[in-house]
Formats: sequence, structure tokens, C-alpha cells
Amino acid sequence: MAADGKGKKVTKTGRPSDSSVLEALQRGNAITRLSFFVFGLGNLVNKQIVRGLVFLAIEVLYIYYMVTFGATSLVNLTTLGVKEQGQVYNEALGIYEYTLGDNSMLFLLYGVITVSITLAFLFAACMSMKSAYCTQLRRERGMKVPGFMDDMRSVREENLHTAMLALPILGILVFTIIPLVFMILIAFTSYDHEHQPPGNLFTWVGLDNFKTMLMQGSKLAATFWPVLGWTLIWAVCATFTCYILGLLLALLINRKGTRIKGFWRFMFVLSVAVPQFVSLLSMRTIFNANGPVNVLLRHMGVIGMTESVPFFTDPLLAKITIICINIWIGVPFTMLSTTGILQNIPAELYEAAKIDGASAPTIFRKITLPYMVFIMTPSLITSFTGNINNFNVIFLLSGGGPDTMDYYYAGKTDLLVTWLYRLTITQKDYNLGAVIGILVFVILATLALLTYRHTGSYKDEGAFQ
Amino acid sequence: MKTKRFIVNSLCHVLLAILSVIWVLPIFYVILTSFRKEGGSYKSYIWPKGFTLDNYANLFKPTSQIDFVRWFTNTLVIALISTLISAFFVLCVSYCMSRLRFKMRKPFMNVALILGMFPGFMSMIAVYYILKGLGFLETGTLKQIALIMVYSGGAGLGFYMAKGFFDTIPKSIDEAAYIDGASKWDTFIHVTIPMSKPIITYTLLTAFMGPWVDYIFAKVIMGQDTKYYTIAIGLWTMLEKEYVEYFYTQFYAGCVLISIPIAILFLLTQKCYVEGVTGAVKG
Repeated sequence: MAADGKGKKVTKTGRPSDSSVLEALQRGNAITRLSFFVFGLGNLVNKQIVRGLVFLAIEVLYIYYMVTFGATSLVNLTTLGVKEQGQVYNEALGIYEYTLGDNSMLFLLYGVITVSITLAFLFAACMSMKSAYCTQLRRERGMKVPGFMDDMRSVREENLHTAMLALPILGILVFTIIPLVFMILIAFTSYDHEHQPPGNLFTWVGLDNFKTMLMQGSKLAATFWPVLGWTLIWAVCATFTCYILGLLLALLINRKGTRIKGFWRFMFVLSVAVPQFVSLLSMRTIFNANGPVNVLLRHMGVIGMTESVPFFTDPLLAKITIICINIWIGVPFTMLSTTGILQNIPAELYEAAKIDGASAPTIFRKITLPYMVFIMTPSLITSFTGNINNFNVIFLLSGGGPDTMDYYYAGKTDLLVTWLYRLTITQKDYNLGAVIGILVFVILATLALLTYRHTGSYKDEGAFQ
Repeated sequence: MKTKRFIVNSLCHVLLAILSVIWVLPIFYVILTSFRKEGGSYKSYIWPKGFTLDNYANLFKPTSQIDFVRWFTNTLVIALISTLISAFFVLCVSYCMSRLRFKMRKPFMNVALILGMFPGFMSMIAVYYILKGLGFLETGTLKQIALIMVYSGGAGLGFYMAKGFFDTIPKSIDEAAYIDGASKWDTFIHVTIPMSKPIITYTLLTAFMGPWVDYIFAKVIMGQDTKYYTIAIGLWTMLEKEYVEYFYTQFYAGCVLISIPIAILFLLTQKCYVEGVTGAVKG
């Protein structure tokens, strides 16, 4: 925003295109101000026909949209529908017929879309005024007023960012932001399995969902807190076991005495190269009640010929199994990424330590580990947040099971994300799913605020340029 | 002293050997089972009684429910198209964030950061309904287009890696181009892009691998439309209770077939990743 702060002072003499919307409102003449309401007026008056017409067309389209559709959808957004689907007796045919009711879900969706379009419209209004002011300034200073061809040319130069970002941002809006806003709003409604449109209406309920989710006493709270607990335990265990074991493995391979380093590395990289869902699904069958591990144990006489170790059906054992399998998956990744960093540790440090007579564990504790932690803290944080949201491992291995009656449609190994999945996809309690999503966001955001902002890469972004 | 070192070294090698056996055994088991002659799912023994190539051959004989070749081509087409779109998006956004200076730059990067903290498929349901509302879930082909849009639509948010790479290209190179009269767009196309081969390859490869390993979005959008499945949901289907008895060994054969190209791509990506992280201009 540095350029911004300077801009306000400089624009009096600076380029007209640097002027801000606020300035246009303060210093603009009548036509410029009117451009806020009649799009493109300032451009049309000054013979920038194409630009003016484009602005005008945007306004006409918006008004047409609002009159035909938008206005009602805004009203519907506040009520989320009032007319329930009903049955009417048709005497001529002698049967009950459904009458069309309001669809709350669609109302909410259209409402969100209309609000976003309105925001875009307001943005266009500001742009129109700014554009008019810009032309006004050029006029006053006796500069050439750019025509349509000049506008086209500027897209390759000072307005390149608009051209390059337009499509990606549109994509992000449609596929990330609007859906996200929609889901966040659903957290404040009663859109659960008993209120499924089109048959039933749902409505705004304020913070009720959050209350039942967090307050003691309800079954939901009795599910939420244990699941949250396990999610955090899982994230900590998964991150640190993989990190430390991967580091040790990398050290073991890189130590001086080890021969055929490339071969050992290859043996471990092999499992990384296999697509994750393949290795997870195979692991699931391998640890199945009749899978090869149990068969092996039976043949070795550890367990009886008909018994099997409940790898995924005993709550505690399932958790341990999952963490162990995750080690199998994660350690080679860490080994790969740490190998390069290990080789970069200045050799003088080690030599100095050796001269001082430090033992190998001391060197690891005093030199290697601090150095690695320093370099890898950002990636540790990323992998921690990644593990909180680690859907694949849980879903493909245990599916959240073993199920329990104590929980509200969750299993003993369910993470918050997999529970979110169950609640929305199988249980259709969309509002509860949305609440969990928001809570996960709150957890991650707090975490990020506490740690990420302190890392150098965020503060000094582009410092060396 | 010498004997002590010898013992430590041998112990380390033994440990490494044991560990690598643990890491390789599951993969070995997958390959072993993919050649198993006896059908059926779980057996009371591990070493197969006989070996056959039929599991692989059968994959290429489509049945009404299991059609490996078709799933493979589905995934390939979806992956190729969405790769191109998302790589284009990523490169555009990261170049803007790295090189161009404009008002919305910092806000955009902060928004991207915040969006990244919501669980990925929290918005999935909403995306599903938006696509449904737009009529994209009517036929299988439209569903595939929808899937492409879902994979590539939000791609612009993943710009961090490529931005970091562009940051390492010295600005003086751009300025030299400006002095020679090149516009910013020309500079992007003719100067920056040719210098960014590792990061472009990396972006392309990661985007390409996404559809091969994504299970969840594909499942939600495709539903029961087995004909249009991608490979990941297809393989998952083979393990479902009603199929597992017939397709257990074929599942493993399919896994092996899929793993080979993905593994090659992965090794390529790793190479580009290292080059991409270390920067464009070598000292």
C-alpha cells in the first residue's frame, strides 16, 4: 500500500490514471460526479465513445437484471422463502398434487449471487466516476484524451494486471469465494436433514448452531470436543513423527560410513512415487481383518488361526495404526526435503564441534536439530495445517471408523474434516458442516496469526529485489 | 577404534536394510497380488499359488460396471485440459504478484492466504449446487466440463511457488527489455517465460497429477455415473463390497498400471521442484 500513501499527495501533478475514487468525488466536476449514477457519462461527453458505451451497457444490464430477477432475490434472501410445498386435492383426477413451494436453498444461492453482482456494480460505478475524473484532469491539463485504440494498447502496458488477472479472479470468485460465502451463511440457517428443500423450508437461526455445537450437554458438543481433541493429537503426532523420523533417516543415509547412498534413497523414494490413494487403499486392504498382515501373524502363531488383530476396528489401535501408516507415507517425503538442507549445513560447524570433543548425539542436539528447525519451521507449520485438514489419510484408511453411538454420526478416528464430509454428504446436515468448517478456519487462522506472521518470508517479501 | 567403527557401520546398514524392507514390502505385495492367479479377495496365505497376466488383460476388457480404459481416457482428457487452464492462471497471477505493482496486490495476497485456511471441500457442496443451478450436471459430458472447471477454476490461488521463482529473476533483465522498447506483456512472453522452464514444468506437472489422485470432488460431481468416472473413483469402486470378490486382483493390477506413469511424472516434478526452488539465475 506504499504506492497508495504517496499517491494522494502526488496526483495533483502525477499521472491522471493514478487518481483515487475519493479524490474524484472531492475534486470532480458535476459531470464526473454524475458519472457515478449515469455510467460512462464523463467519457461520452469527452468523446470516449467506446469506453462510455461499455460503462453504460454494464449499467443497463444490471438494471435489467435487478428488475427482472435481482430485486426479488434480495427480498427472498431475507426470508429464505415463505410458501411451503403443499398438497392440493385435484378433484378432476381424484389425486393429491404437489404445489410448487419456495426453495430456500436456491433463494439463498441467488441472494448471494445478486449481492456479489451488486458489489461488482458498485465497483463499476466507482470505476466510471474515476474514469470520468481521469478524463476531466487530462482535459484541464490540455493532455490528449485517450481513444479506444489507446485503451487497447494500455492493456499491454500499465493495465496489464487487469488483463492478466481478470480470468483467474473470475475463476476464484465463482469457484471459491461465492461458494464459501454461501456455506458460511448456511452455518446461520436451519438447513439440516429435517429441512431439505424443495420439500421443506429452512430459515435464519442466528448463532444457534454454534451454541449447540460448543455448549456442553448436547450430543453434538459431546462429539465436537473429542473429535477436535483427536484432530489436534493427530496433527501433532503426524507432523512430528514424520519430521523427526524423516530427519533421522536422512542423517542415517547421509552419514559418512554409509555405502550405496543412492540405492537406499531409491528404496524409500519408491513409496513416495506411488500415488497416495493407491498406497492408502492398498494399506487398507493389507491391514484388513483378513489382510496379509493378519495372515502373517496367524502363520507365525502370534494369534490363533481364526483370530485377527482389529487394526481398524478397535478405537485406540485404529488411531495407532493410522499414525503408523502415516509415518510410512510421510517419512520419505521428509527425508527427500531434508537431505538437501542437511548437505547445506556448514561443515566448519561440525569440525569445530569435533575438535571440542562433542559426541555424535550432542552434535545432533546442538547443531543439526536447531539448524533444521530454523530452516524448516515454515514448512512444519504448513504440514501441521495440512494434517489438520488431512482428509485422504483418514477417509481412505479407516473412513473415520470404528463408529460409535456416543458420537453424532462420527467415528472414533474421524477428524473434523472427515466429520464435516459425513455431516454434509451422507447426513445432509449442511448447517452443522458449515459450522465445523468455520471453526476449523478459526483454529487455523489463529495458528497462522501466531506463527506465520513472525516468519521472515512474510515480513520481508521481495526485500532483496 | 577400527572394530568399533566397523560394528557401528554394520549396525547402520542392517537398520537401513530392515527399514527399506518395511518400506518396499507393501509395494512388493501390491505387485505380487496383481499377478495372482486365484481370484477372490482375501486369502489365508500370502504367496500366490500361481501367476498370470490375466488381471492386466482383463482390465482392458470393459464390463458394464468396470471400464478401466474409459476411466483412463476420461482422466487423461480432464487432466490435460485442466492442466493447461490452471497453469495459465497460475503463471498470470504469479507474474502479476511478482512483477507488476498495483493497488490490489497486497489485499489480493492476503485474501489468498485467508481463503487457503478454509477446509478445501467446505465449499464443495455450494460448488455442486452452483454447477447444478447452471445446468452442468445434466449429462455426463457436461459433468466432465464441470470437473475441469472445478479443478482449474480456483487455480489462481496457488501462485506462491511460481511467484517465489519469478522473484528470483533480476529486475534489471526486465528493465533492459523496457529500454529496448518492449511492453510489459512482451517482456512477460519473450523474456520471463523462456527463463522459467523449471517452474513452468513444475506447475504443469502438479496440475496434471491433481485429477489422477483426486477422489472427493470427482465422486461428488460424478455420483453414480460410472461411465464418466475418473481413475481414482473407479479404482475405489473396485474395492466396494459388491465388487471386491471379483475385482480384488484387478484392482491391484490397475494400481500398478496407474502408478508407473505417475511415478515417472513425480520423479520429473521433483527435479523441477529443486530447480524451481533454487531460482532462475545461477550464480
